[in-house]
Amino acid sequence: MRLTELPLRQPAYVDLIDWSALSASEGQRLREFGLCEGASVEALHHGGLWGKGPIACKVGRMTIAMRRNHAAAVTVRTGPDAAP
Amino acid sequence: MSVLPLVALVGNPNAGKSALFNALTGARQKLGNYPGVTVERKAGRLALADGRPVELVDLPGTYSLNAASPDEQVTRDVVMGRQAGERQPDALVIVVDASNLDNHLRFALELIALGLPTIVALNMVDLATRDGLELDAAVLSRELGVPVIATVAVRKRGLDHLREELGGLLGSVAPEAKAPLPERDFDAVRDEARRIARAAIVRETPSRRLTAAVDRVALHPLFGLLLLLGLLFVMFQAVYAWSEAPIAMIEGLAEAAANSVRDALPDGMLRSFLVDGVINGVGSVVVFLPQILILFFFILMLEATGYMVRAAFLMDGLMARVGLSGRAFIPLLSSFACAIPGIMATRTIADPKDRLTTILIAPLMTCSARLPVYAVIIGAFIPARDVLPGVGLQGFVLFCLYISGIIGAMLVALILRMTVTKGASGGFLMEMPKYQWPRPQDIVLGLWQRAVIFLKRAGTIIFTSTVILWLLLSYPKPPEGSAVSQVDYSIAGRIAGGLNVILEPIGFNRDISLALIPAMAAREVAVSALATVYSIDAGDDEALLERSLGDRLKDQWPLPTALAFLAWFIFAPQCISTIAVTRRETNGWKWPLFMVGYLFVLAYVAAGLTYWTATAAGL
Ligand SMILES: Nc1nc2c(ncn2[C@@H]2O[C@H](COP(=O)(O)OP(=O)(O)OP(=O)(O)O)[C@@H](O)[C@H]2O)c(=O)[nH]1
Ligand SMILES: [Mg+2]
Repeated sequence: MRLTELPLRQPAYVDLIDWSALSASEGQRLREFGLCEGASVEALHHGGLWGKGPIACKVGRMTIAMRRNHAAAVTVRTGPDAAP
Repeated sequence: MSVLPLVALVGNPNAGKSALFNALTGARQKLGNYPGVTVERKAGRLALADGRPVELVDLPGTYSLNAASPDEQVTRDVVMGRQAGERQPDALVIVVDASNLDNHLRFALELIALGLPTIVALNMVDLATRDGLELDAAVLSRELGVPVIATVAVRKRGLDHLREELGGLLGSVAPEAKAPLPERDFDAVRDEARRIARAAIVRETPSRRLTAAVDRVALHPLFGLLLLLGLLFVMFQAVYAWSEAPIAMIEGLAEAAANSVRDALPDGMLRSFLVDGVINGVGSVVVFLPQILILFFFILMLEATGYMVRAAFLMDGLMARVGLSGRAFIPLLSSFACAIPGIMATRTIADPKDRLTTILIAPLMTCSARLPVYAVIIGAFIPARDVLPGVGLQGFVLFCLYISGIIGAMLVALILRMTVTKGASGGFLMEMPKYQWPRPQDIVLGLWQRAVIFLKRAGTIIFTSTVILWLLLSYPKPPEGSAVSQVDYSIAGRIAGGLNVILEPIGFNRDISLALIPAMAAREVAVSALATVYSIDAGDDEALLERSLGDRLKDQWPLPTALAFLAWFIFAPQCISTIAVTRRETNGWKWPLFMVGYLFVLAYVAAGLTYWTATAAGL
C-alpha cells in the first residue's frame, strides 16, 4: 500500500520508492532524510483542513513532514514478515 | 601577524551548532528549535585550553554537501574552500545530534571523507538520555576514526574536553589535510552510518515520548488549527493586557521630564527641541517598548519550543493553495518581529520562484515597528472594553489587523504565482524537531537583546528622523501676527500640503501626510512625527499640552480617517532597510522597486476603500 494509505501509528517498512514521481532535488532530500527501500516508517499525523494536507511520519528516529503527492510515491508493507 | 587557524562548525540543521558556537566564543547567535535558523556564515574567536586563539565559524545546517538552497550553498562553499576570498578551514568540528545518530552520521561520514582534520561533537546527549538512549563515544570514535566528544552545548558540558582535543588536533604546526577519500555511493555511506550508529548504542530503553503526545493535539487538522489561532489571539490580548502598568510608568517619566525641562529652560528653540522633538517625539515611541517585548516573548517561545515547524505543517494546506511551500510560513512568522530577518530566512527555501514570492510578501506581515502605529490609533479610537469576558476589544482589533496582513499576503502570493513568479508550486519537506522546554535564561537574554536593539533604534534612526522633521517643522517662522500656523508655514508643512493633494481623497489629513514620509526611515517615526506636530501645534497652550497624543488624535481625526490610516499601515510601503535587504537578496533593483510599487498601490486602495466605506456607513 502507499504511505498515504498507511493507518496511523502502524509500523511499516518501505517497499519501493517511485523516484521518477519526485523531482531530483526532492528525491535527494528524501534520501537525506533516510527514506529508502527497507527503512522503517510510521505515519503519525495527517494534516489539513483545506483538502489534503501534509503527512508527518517517522523514518528511523526522525520525524519528517511531507506533502501527499510525495508520500504517494512511497509504497510500504506491513505485517509480521515485513522487516527486511 | 600570522593568520589564526580556521575551524568550521558543520552538521545537520538543528544539531546545536550555533549553541556550541555561542558556548565556545561567548557570541550570542540566534538559536531556535527548528531547522534553518542560521542562514549565513558567522565568525567568532575561541581560546584553546593553552590560550591560543582560533577563528571559529558557525555555518548554516545542511543534510549533505549537495546543497539545495542558498543557505546550504554557503556551507558547501566554505567547507570546500570555494567561498570567494576565503581559505578552506584548517579543521572541522562536526556537530551531530545524539538522539538522531543514523541520520547525522551519514553527513558526518561524507565530511570526514574530505580528509580535513576533524572532531565530532556528539551533542544533545541529554535529549538522547531523555529518549532512553545511552551511547558509547569511544565506540563511535573508533568506528569513525576521529575523536568524538560528548557535549551538551546549552549546558556548556564537554566544552573543555572539546577545546583540549581541538588544541591537540591543531598542534604546534599547521595540521595537514589528508587526501580526500574517493566519493562513495550514497546508499553505501548511509548503510555504514546505520551500522556505526547501532554499534554505538549501549542501551535503549523505550520511554514515553513527549513529542508524539503533544503532536496528537498540535497537529490535529481541527484542534491544531484552533490552537494556532488561539495562540495568536492570546498573544495580542496579552500585548494589551500585560502592558498597561509599564506603559503608564514610562509615560509618567516622560511627562515629568518634559515638565522639568519646561520649568528649567526659557522658551526658545532649545526648549522646543528637547520637549517637542526629543521627549514628546522619540518618547512617544519608547512608550511602546513593553508591548513590543510582549510580542517578542511569544515569538521567542514559539521558536524555542519547536512549535514553528508545527505551525508550518498546519498552514501547509493553505500555503499549497497559494502556490507556496509550507516552509515559507516560518520566515513569514518571523516577519512579525521584523521583515529583515524574515527575508533573510527565505534563504532556506530551495525553489527560486518560491523564495522570491515569499520575499515579496514578507513586508505584508505586520512587523513590530508597526505595532506602535497600530497601538496609538487603537488606543485613541477603540474603547478599552471587553467584548466577551476576558477578551478586550483593543486586543481583538489588533488581532484582526494582523490577520488582515496574513490574508493580504496569501492573496498577493496567489496572484504573483499566477503572473510574475509563475512556476510549479514548491513542495514541503521538513524535519520536525522534538519539543523542548525553552530555558528561561535564553528567553530573558533574547528579550534583553530586543530591548537594546529597540532603544538603539529609538536613539539613532528614530531620533534622527524626528529631529530632522522637527527642524523642517520649526522653520521658517511665520511673520508676527500671521494667521498661518507654524506647522503650515514650515518647510515640512508645505511639502505635506503638496502631498495631501494625492492623499486627501482617501481621507488623510495634513498631519498624516507629514508623518508618512519620515516613516519610510522607520515606521515607528509615524508616531513620533505626529507627536512632534501636535507638540509644536500646541505651543504654550497648557490645556493642549496636558492631553496625550491619543486624546489629541481623537479630537482632531474623524473615525473614518483613523481607520483608513490603519488600513494604510497594513500594506504600507516598507522601510528603507527592508528595501535594501530585498535588493541584496534578489541581486538588483527590479524586485525591490516592484515590491514598493505594488505595496503602495495596495495601501492606497485599502485606505481609500476603508475611508469611503466608513464614511458611507456614517461612522
Ligand atoms: N537539550 C539540548 N538542547 C540543545 C543542545 N544544543 C542545542 N540545543 C537546542 O537545540 C536547538 C537548536 O540549536 P541551534 O544551535 O540553533 O542549532 P543549529 O545547529 O545552529 O541549527 P541551524 O542553524 O538551523 O542549522 C535550540 O533550541 C537549542 O537551544 C543540547 O546539547 N541539548
Ligand atoms: Mg545555527
